[in-house]
Amino acid sequence: MISWREVAVSFGGPPVVGPLSLTVGDGEWLGLIGPNGAGKSTLLKAAVGVVAYVGDIDLGGKASRPGLDIAWMPQRPHLPEEMTVTDYVLLGRTPHLGKFGTERPRDLDSVGRSLERLDLIGLAHRALATLSGGEAQRAVLARALAQEAPVLLLDEPTSNLDIGHALDVLEIIDELRIHDGLTVVTALHDLTLAGRFAERVVLLANGTVVTDGRPRDVLTEAHLGAHYGPGIRVVDHGDGPTVIPIRDRHA
Amino acid sequence: MAVLVAILIAGVLVGSVAIDPTNVIRALLDRFPFVDLESGLTEVQERVLFEIRLPRVVIGGIVGSILALAGAGYQGVFRNPLADPYLLGVAAGAGLGATFVIGAGGGSAVIPPVAFLGGLTAVLATYALGRTAGGRTMTSLILAGVAVAAFATSIQTFLLQRNYETLREVYSWILGRLVTVGWGEVFILLPYAVVSGVVLVLYRRLLDVLALGDDEAAGLGVDVVKVRRIVVLAATLATAAAVSVSGLIGFVGIIVPHTVRLLTGWSYRLIIPLSILYGASFLVLADLVARTVVAPAELPIGVVTAFLGAPFFVIVLRTVRGSQ
Repeated sequence: MISWREVAVSFGGPPVVGPLSLTVGDGEWLGLIGPNGAGKSTLLKAAVGVVAYVGDIDLGGKASRPGLDIAWMPQRPHLPEEMTVTDYVLLGRTPHLGKFGTERPRDLDSVGRSLERLDLIGLAHRALATLSGGEAQRAVLARALAQEAPVLLLDEPTSNLDIGHALDVLEIIDELRIHDGLTVVTALHDLTLAGRFAERVVLLANGTVVTDGRPRDVLTEAHLGAHYGPGIRVVDHGDGPTVIPIRDRHA
Repeated sequence: MAVLVAILIAGVLVGSVAIDPTNVIRALLDRFPFVDLESGLTEVQERVLFEIRLPRVVIGGIVGSILALAGAGYQGVFRNPLADPYLLGVAAGAGLGATFVIGAGGGSAVIPPVAFLGGLTAVLATYALGRTAGGRTMTSLILAGVAVAAFATSIQTFLLQRNYETLREVYSWILGRLVTVGWGEVFILLPYAVVSGVVLVLYRRLLDVLALGDDEAAGLGVDVVKVRRIVVLAATLATAAAVSVSGLIGFVGIIVPHTVRLLTGWSYRLIIPLSILYGASFLVLADLVARTVVAPAELPIGVVTAFLGAPFFVIVLRTVRGSQ
């Protein structure tokens, strides 16, 4: 599990996030949604110590060990051009190696499993610069999985994926969550996808939690209209809310 | 490895005093335990070999190694392919420190620590200046390095004008030289070389992690600020030690790591150890050129490395720009 307690982040001005509190239970999938600038990415970055914050972020009362307890997939990862996919994913093992250690067979096994899960075996020896946007995104996710951390924070993990790959990748994450009991937090712009996979959705706006609940209760025309603006219709044919954009937004 | 050995032997064999190469090899083998050979060298030749040529080759090898190592280290922590002890102003800062000691009449053992302070001040100034002057782009860091180097050099020139009697000594040293007075300088250099070499070799894998950028490296549990600080300290220590002994020898830190990179790829796990090897070979070879092309006179070795290095720098700049 992971808890943010009275966490606030500011970049030299009034807080852009918080103060807010949020707890995600063991094995739970929480979908963070909210308009641009709502603070979704910042909340995730604070948890891995990339942005400074006040308040407490911990794992059910115990402090997280850097890199070992939380794996973070950034929204805009830095991809060194010449690095091969395997070497890149291998860097995900860094927290397990000790400061000056080298990889052991089980690190290589873990990398192999990550590559296999994300269908990257055929690309294992390709340089990152030669990958398509979707392939690169899968490589970044593979690196996060190789960390084998119990908490997975994914910032727009499907932004470069077509709908088929997006479904595949989210299914893989869900399998891992169920199989290994991972705690998953995703920031997603695709509200329909967020509602399909997350068991619980939190709508953030202006750095605070607006609503928090089951997808059906959060993804409503009233909530979305209030924070994303008009022109959003939500329908539900029994398989969860589907968010539909309407053209006559400002009519 | 074989190339290194061949170049080292060539460095010992060639010199302004003609000595029969087979006799040199016999004399060298004779120094190994349990080997007893009659070298056939005269006493003068023997002294030239063991008191002049051999220490010179050894110093050339160490200086080349640590300059290449420092370059690779700076390139890793600044994520900047153009970072080099010379271009970052570190060498000029160290040079200023060394000039100060020479001008004040200090002993040669005092030169490295003071040169280290000078180099450290310079690299910190370059980094701070490069950040304020337009983020962390590649060129702003190098431009800052040029500014810092020019500033350090101007103070150095001022010091030289005030201490006219040491001008000649310092001037020949500024151009870079490997002239030695025996093994003394090897022992001054060695501790610094070992310390910075060990540190950079240990940190080579973490330099690969830094290639992901500060945020992602931190997300993987790496203390980015600490790693950067330690690597910069080690690289600066190496540069200062090299500058103290052999003056400003430029471009080694850029030519060697990039050649290694072309041969083996992006990973510092290979670049760091191979830079030690190739750096030693390169500088001994450059020294061989420096003392043979205008024999019996000698070119300053810094002239040779700059002559090779400046065009190389342009090539690196072009390929890096092209790939962005």
